[in-house]
Amino acid sequence: MYALVTTISAWMIPAMIAFIPLYAAWRKVPVYESFVEGAKDGFGTAVGLIPHLVGMMTAISMFRASGAMDLLVAAVRPLFERLGVPGEVVPLGLLRPITGAGSLAYTTDLIKTHGPDSLIGRIASTIQGSTDTTLYVLTVYFGAVGIRRTRYALKVGLFSDLVGFAAAVAVCLLVFG
Amino acid sequence: MIALSFIAAAATGRMDELTKAAFDGAQTGVTVCFGLISVLVFWMGLMRIGEDAGLLAKLAVLLGPAVRRLFPDVPKDHPAIGYIMSNMSANLLGLGNAATPMGIRAMQELQKLNPDPKTATPAMCTLLAINTSSITLVPTTLIAIRMSFGSANPAEIVGTTIAATAIATGAALLADRWCRNRAMRPPRHRDPTSGRFRTTRPARSGRPADETLPPAAGGEGG
Repeated sequence: MYALVTTISAWMIPAMIAFIPLYAAWRKVPVYESFVEGAKDGFGTAVGLIPHLVGMMTAISMFRASGAMDLLVAAVRPLFERLGVPGEVVPLGLLRPITGAGSLAYTTDLIKTHGPDSLIGRIASTIQGSTDTTLYVLTVYFGAVGIRRTRYALKVGLFSDLVGFAAAVAVCLLVFG
Repeated sequence: MIALSFIAAAATGRMDELTKAAFDGAQTGVTVCFGLISVLVFWMGLMRIGEDAGLLAKLAVLLGPAVRRLFPDVPKDHPAIGYIMSNMSANLLGLGNAATPMGIRAMQELQKLNPDPKTATPAMCTLLAINTSSITLVPTTLIAIRMSFGSANPAEIVGTTIAATAIATGAALLADRWCRNRAMRPPRHRDPTSGRFRTTRPARSGRPADETLPPAAGGEGG
């Protein structure tokens, strides 16, 4: 299963890059002109995202550097520990939704300190792999089309992060514990 | 978030760090965007070829029924369905840098159906729910890191990750459906003087204003 999926993943992109233009040429679509048209939009979208991402990244960076993040971790850690969650992975649960690079660095650090095959290393790997950076996804997707009022999307995203965190810990305790 | 940071920094005496962090964060934002430029330009170019060749419409017809159940308010043959479909498959295969441009294209198509361009539609929220919980089959980055630290079996977390991600995605879709129903169901009263529909908030909730339906969404107010 794992080998099959990695093989598909490895082949997928080159296959698409080769297949799409060939198919289009066969359908008599001006391949190069189409590409340039779409690519122009891509540039505009990326540049348009700068203000959104700068705002979000600044807030996140300040949140972490000010010590507010540490205070939050210190506040919720005993609660999670009482539920049987190893204290070391609690900060990861809070970091995961707000910063992809930060939580990846934290996961790497946990794996380095405790070893990849320790329970903590496995839980950290599972948490890191099982959800995406909610705030980043929200900023990029809504920012790209200029949505200001996101309604319940943030709540749903954070809720699923919490469920994903709990599920990752529970599944790892069941399988490896 | 910034206000909280300011208070926390004042309490812990980290004002210098806070200033530095603000500009570091801004720089990260720009760096990330520059990283996105190449990815977005390339994929959006390629996807435009696919769209012009009619591939996307084919994909929508082929795999549409499942997606359509998740996005009931998107028309059957709308290109958005095709993009949503490719976004989900790219996520599934762990092709992060292909998934984002496809997701953004899907958002742009959904935006065309949006009566109020500043407010998210339910379909957009569902797409976000799927993407924030990201259904991944193989977490390649994690396997690489575990390998580099000498794990006996770097891929052993694949099973637990799939289980956790499936639960998270299921929870996200359920929560999304629940919120959508709640947002869609405020009692409507016909205003006798103007004959227009008026949307009032349910009395039990004290929700912030940004969660109520936009006035006259869908154009029923004329």
